[in-house]
Amino acid sequence: MLITVTINGKKYTDEISPDLVLLDYLRQKGCYSVKRGCETSNCGLCTVHLDGKPILSCSYLAARADGHSITTLEGLQEEAAEFGAFLADQGGEQCGFCSPGFIMNVLAMVRELKDPTEEEIQEYLSGNLCRCTGYQSQLRAVKNYLAHKQEVQS
Amino acid sequence: MSFVNAPIRKKDAMSLVTGKPVYTGDMIPQNALVVKLLRSPHANADIESINTAAAMKVPGVCCILTWEDVPDARFTTAGQTYPEPSPYDRLILDRHLRCSGDPVAIVAAENEAAADKALRLIKVQYHIMEPLLDFTKALDNPILVHPEENFHALCPVGADNKRNLCSTDCFTVGDVDQVLDSCDVVVERTFNTKANSQAMMETFRTFSYIDEYGRLTVVSSTQVPFHARRILSNALQIPKSRIRVVKPRIGGGFGAKQSVVSEIFPAIVTLKTGRAASIIYSREESMTNGSPRHQMQMKVRVGANRDGVIRAIDLYALSNAGAYGDHGPTTIGLVGHKSLSLYGGLEAARFACDVVYTNTMGGGAYRGYGATQGIFAVESAVSEIAAKLNMDPCVIREKNMVAQGQTMPTYYNEPCNSCTLDKCMAKAKEMMDWDNKYPRRVLENGHIRSVGVAMAMQGSGISGVDIGSVEIRLNDEGFYTLLVGCTDMGTGCDTILSQMAADCLDCDLDRIAVRGVDTDFSPYDTGSYASSTTYVTGMAVVKTCQVLREKIRKAGASMLQVPEESAEFDGKRVFVPGTEKEISLEKIGYASYEGHNRCLSASESHSSPISPPPFMVGMAEIDLDPETGKVEVVDYVGAVDCGTVINTNLARVQTEGGIVQGIGMALYEDVQYSHSGKMENRSFLQYKIPSRLDVGKIRIEFESSYEPTGPFGAKSIGELVINTPAPAIMNALYNATGCFFDTLPVRSEDIFFAMEKRD
Amino acid sequence: MFTAQQYVKAATLEEAYTLNQKRNNAVIGGGCWMKMNHRRYQTLIDLSGLGLDTIEETPEEFVLGAMVTLRQMETDEKLKSIFGNGFYEMTRHIVGIQFRNCATLGGSLYSRFGFSDILTFLLSLDCEVELAHAGRLSLADYAQMPYDRDILAKVHILKNGRRAAYESFRQTATDIPVLTCAASVLDGTLRVVVGARPKRAMCMEFPFPETEEALEEICRKVQETVSFGSNLRGSEEYRRHLAGVLCRRAVCSLKEGAVC
Repeated sequence: MLITVTINGKKYTDEISPDLVLLDYLRQKGCYSVKRGCETSNCGLCTVHLDGKPILSCSYLAARADGHSITTLEGLQEEAAEFGAFLADQGGEQCGFCSPGFIMNVLAMVRELKDPTEEEIQEYLSGNLCRCTGYQSQLRAVKNYLAHKQEVQS
Repeated sequence: MSFVNAPIRKKDAMSLVTGKPVYTGDMIPQNALVVKLLRSPHANADIESINTAAAMKVPGVCCILTWEDVPDARFTTAGQTYPEPSPYDRLILDRHLRCSGDPVAIVAAENEAAADKALRLIKVQYHIMEPLLDFTKALDNPILVHPEENFHALCPVGADNKRNLCSTDCFTVGDVDQVLDSCDVVVERTFNTKANSQAMMETFRTFSYIDEYGRLTVVSSTQVPFHARRILSNALQIPKSRIRVVKPRIGGGFGAKQSVVSEIFPAIVTLKTGRAASIIYSREESMTNGSPRHQMQMKVRVGANRDGVIRAIDLYALSNAGAYGDHGPTTIGLVGHKSLSLYGGLEAARFACDVVYTNTMGGGAYRGYGATQGIFAVESAVSEIAAKLNMDPCVIREKNMVAQGQTMPTYYNEPCNSCTLDKCMAKAKEMMDWDNKYPRRVLENGHIRSVGVAMAMQGSGISGVDIGSVEIRLNDEGFYTLLVGCTDMGTGCDTILSQMAADCLDCDLDRIAVRGVDTDFSPYDTGSYASSTTYVTGMAVVKTCQVLREKIRKAGASMLQVPEESAEFDGKRVFVPGTEKEISLEKIGYASYEGHNRCLSASESHSSPISPPPFMVGMAEIDLDPETGKVEVVDYVGAVDCGTVINTNLARVQTEGGIVQGIGMALYEDVQYSHSGKMENRSFLQYKIPSRLDVGKIRIEFESSYEPTGPFGAKSIGELVINTPAPAIMNALYNATGCFFDTLPVRSEDIFFAMEKRD
Repeated sequence: MFTAQQYVKAATLEEAYTLNQKRNNAVIGGGCWMKMNHRRYQTLIDLSGLGLDTIEETPEEFVLGAMVTLRQMETDEKLKSIFGNGFYEMTRHIVGIQFRNCATLGGSLYSRFGFSDILTFLLSLDCEVELAHAGRLSLADYAQMPYDRDILAKVHILKNGRRAAYESFRQTATDIPVLTCAASVLDGTLRVVVGARPKRAMCMEFPFPETEEALEEICRKVQETVSFGSNLRGSEEYRRHLAGVLCRRAVCSLKEGAVC
């Protein structure tokens, strides 16, 4: 079947199999930041934005994305580097395999929540599993990033 | 020194956080065959017949291999130094299937859909046999997991496949029975730990191809590229000279990738077809047929005097190797060596062990490598004896802990050169406010807040076995290339070793370009496991830099035409003190590339006769809801002695991450099997690892000793940090409930019913 | 993962219904759980073009389309103003926000999974499901029905002043629950719903307990009446115990005036 989607601001029209999941489609389009960590919709590694909302690209059929706009980390390089620097300064990326999905969700959170509390941050990000860090360095990075953004604004 | 002991950003950090395609799965050639495995539905069965004709007809299917197509030479997939202590008990495909998920056939196709279809069309007749699933009944059981005649062990580990015995061992110091008989109090208890899945986010994956020289190139997410080369050679029965192994960035390992789990399957397809081939394990495959922590049962007897002096410990451990003996004979050793040695003044100690085969998934290496299990048992028993003596569990440890300057009779008689366990204890107590919080208080909502403590140690590399080598080259413009053979798996060793090199060479970190690992051009390294990299490979960096500095100094002196001994090198220039004679490193770099025999490079190896233990004290504060048994770890403090901390950020994150894995192991991570031997919780839906909502605060401080045999005084950290949560949480649970818990994981249900039984 | 030969974004509910009559066809909701089956479908039916992704409020009821996501229910201000934190409590533990942006109300209710937080909580309210052909019937009846080939299009939630509270017990924060329990009160009648038994949720009604003794009696009755079972997450005995604890906690928060 034929679908037309916008990936990172660029329009693509492709013939796809009806059971292709968005994750595999995006990797076929060269978006290698999108990773798969499980088959049960549990890990959050495949997080991308669909019309600005964070979704699991492993569970979302490419067919359903027809007509929609998708953003991956490849399309948010500047923001990824900006937040990523805070993560890197904590050593919080570690193996890095969960970083793209995690960062996509952090960036979604920043757009959706205003001045989130620590509890709100943890809850928003709870669908992103990480086996290396124990999450503490990620939280420090998020807090430092939010403080930095607030400083820049004021 | 400017880079060592600093919070340096990892050299690869920005490529990771911006999502660059740097992992194995991102590099698979477009035309690579997709390799999938048909896996056994039975835990113990023989293949009576196998018919691949229909499957071969699926369009796109390129090759299907069965047990008739693979070499009949047994090998081990354990990534260990040759000769491996793990018995040679495997074939690539075997007619005898020894655990659920054992590979039955290898399918390679042009795409995933064709491979999946072919898997469904392979017809197999199984002769199903009763599986042996209870490892406590395995020894001399009539069901033999390895009845084959060509089973063999390269090392004298006591393997006897006709008894289901993978290995057996015993060591004693003094007369344990006699000393225990004369103790005022003796605690005796049996502890059980389950298999745990490492659950690294990147599952096992490999691709392979024949390169332009006709050699087999295997690109894999592995912790042990050089061992992988040898294991591939053993399995495929081709010379090692025909194999090259490349390790890109790794999405976590934790020991899982110290076994060659996925490599052989695409490699044999490439050999048979000449085509590039790739395999990506599903999460389910990674869980059902990975390389998990060994399930163990440990019987402990601890004896002490009324004053709290611990006099003897007797420990027997039974380990479940599962279907294959990978890391079986070696993990078990750490159960004893790295638990008993926490206590310095023992009059007597005994450690005996058996490792047995069963029809569950084969075990492997998981962070802690047996020490985790042993420390859980011994530390829990020590806390119990403290309880019996009405003594604060910190106090009994303060009285008995190993101290710097002692010799450790239960640790190969190695010297304890560096140890601040006493300071770690004091620091942890201060951080936790132990004296005010011990043992418990009841909150207004009825919840119980309590604290618990445990100590831990590990090693730093394998004494006299592990080797680290690096090469450092001076290039034009005066920058260096650091080639390493150890494997950064996200831990940051590429950066840590660069920090050391920069300090040794008095240069900026940016002047060091680091690269690993390609078995064709990286210097030999046993790989990143056994907590060896910082300590062992780090020393290789220090030694290499010393040699290279000398070479640079001499080259500079020769260019300045001054006597060698008059010249000095300060990192930027070679000069003669008190004169104006100097030449820049940049110029020496350029000159080394021009018309003479002076390419400036050095390569040194290092192996250590000892394995200095890092130490740690961990304390948990838990919140227990007595109505449901629900326990939450609200605060965890760790005080760590890993010698000099090379990278303060990375050491902290290692510690935090290890503690959270340990919390998962203590409270819910639990590999479970059905009655037929199929792993039941084989997904992240069913096998829960901690999410960020499941961990409270984790606070870490370092109490650094100085290890004289380590680089810059450093010891290891990677594995140590997983060892305290289980015993510390069990101690906190005792302090909350008065119940002793001896079987992991301890779930809410277990706690609730234990409390009910107590009442 | 399932396979499918065709994908049809239905233009009308009738088209979706007609397609769904074939045994090898299926409606895809959010897809999060569905992807875990290995069936080979002929046609997947997508309802996302039918405008069923809205939460509408009338003076009498809320009307939620089947394609409303769990996250929409979690964050909807109108639902919150009537039912307090109930919808938030019902959804917040389900895997993660990305999951809840995919998973749908229709998928959750159609599946009628035993472990469903959604089914447990909604059963404590006065809900009707609207099916493409069978029309409206109570959620309580729907919950007991076997799977059929009708299509769940909408859910109607009555605004009749019923107050409800939700409790769940999980081994880890984002795991499937060991047990769920919702309690609600209307006109002096208490409704208790127990889910993740581990089978489908069950409802019971009692006069609202005014005394501690009466509450204890109700908790005991819930423990006796409901049948529990064992699975990986907990034993029958433990579930029975938890049912008493969660029931009491839910009723207590109703007593403390929980608006939800």
